[in-house]
Amino acid sequence: MGEENKVILHGVWASPFSKRVELALKLKGIPFEYVEEDLQNKSPQLLRCNPVHKKIPVLVHNGKPIAESLVILEYIDETWKNSPRLLPKDPYKRAKVRFWTSFVQQQLFDTMFTVTKTEGEAQRKAVKEVSEKLQVLEEGIKELFPNGNPCIDSQNIGLLDIVILSLLGPHKVQEEVLGIKIIDPEKTPLIFAWLTAINQLTVVKEATPPHDKLVALLKFLRENSLKSSA
Amino acid sequence: MAEEVKVFGAWGSPFSRRVELALQLKGVQYEYIEEDVHKNKSPLLLKYNPVHKKVPVLLHNGKPIAESLVILEYIEETWKGNPILPEDPYDRAMARFWAKFIDEKCLPAIWKAGWSPESEREKPVEEACECLKTLESALGGKRFFGGDKVGMVDIAANFIGYWLRLIQEVTGMELLSAEKFPELFKWTDEFVSCSVVKGSLPPRDKLLAFFKARIAETMD
Repeated sequence: MGEENKVILHGVWASPFSKRVELALKLKGIPFEYVEEDLQNKSPQLLRCNPVHKKIPVLVHNGKPIAESLVILEYIDETWKNSPRLLPKDPYKRAKVRFWTSFVQQQLFDTMFTVTKTEGEAQRKAVKEVSEKLQVLEEGIKELFPNGNPCIDSQNIGLLDIVILSLLGPHKVQEEVLGIKIIDPEKTPLIFAWLTAINQLTVVKEATPPHDKLVALLKFLRENSLKSSA
Repeated sequence: MAEEVKVFGAWGSPFSRRVELALQLKGVQYEYIEEDVHKNKSPLLLKYNPVHKKVPVLLHNGKPIAESLVILEYIEETWKGNPILPEDPYDRAMARFWAKFIDEKCLPAIWKAGWSPESEREKPVEEACECLKTLESALGGKRFFGGDKVGMVDIAANFIGYWLRLIQEVTGMELLSAEKFPELFKWTDEFVSCSVVKGSLPPRDKLLAFFKARIAETMD
């Protein structure tokens, strides 16, 4: 690989944030070197590249590091202008995408973590909150899919699709491990159809770890959480 | 069609003032609508921001946009004069990184430290200081975060530039001082003395009175 366009991604296979960046690079056909980090033993390069948060993902482009997955995704879109464009051209449509991305990131992510890491009353409360927020999202995305039929392909997939995928793409895994319905096709038909459409893309399928591996991971994370809070 | 630009805001809100500052920096004419966010939000606000029901909301030719950083990006993309983001994608990424850091780490830490009772203040203040130290490193000897001119990060840091010193006056909490953070402290002076910024800030006495009243409320 020539030095003029060297791209390195420091990530962790199990991290949804890392996955976002990996997917964006693959969708745009950008060659990159992937470095799997051990979060218990972070590499000196990672700590040097992200001294503020010391987290993954970090993208290093021609030696210059960028942290925070959403910032990285916008950087990728501005640097590699080939299709798919992760953000639309029109400023108002861009604002809508950024608004809903912020909503998913700030309102849904943490609550979903609570659902996966708690039990009993705490979990029930979090599940109810997720359900309410999904209803808000369902209503909100009607504007983005005016004909009621999300048709996502490798040319039109964008930032919001990548972000919702990173959180709820594995909803069947989450539902299996937790024994709770997360995405009900009757309550949130648009979100269900949207996730189904994204999950069917070849690039997405290839980038998604096998179902059993994800189930094992979620079980492990959940058990660890429940043990440490007991 | 004449351009219609409206801002739904609250006089004391730094988030609301961010939007006004960006519009003023770009010389965009707008109509300002003051919302009573504590007691009586208008039906229009609830219509234009049904998800969060908060200020600020920018209404451009009838189309509403909410969330101050989203609005700032929209303003930048719509009115191209006096850019608030750099041209180079890497520099833009850095600006976005710091704006996010301010909103997600700095402001919550400062808010927590500011409103903690004195007996519980030590740890929150320590954490807030860590944030300020990190933010100061982003200045790197420049006059503003944006370089020679006020940019998106300066706008996002408006709370630190103005509100924080007033909160410190009222609560006695010392977070940002010239001794601890000389560069950042100097930046706050540069920020508030910048003429466009000055015009975008809420009146000092009114804000002090508001904070004092709030403290009195929380002590009851």
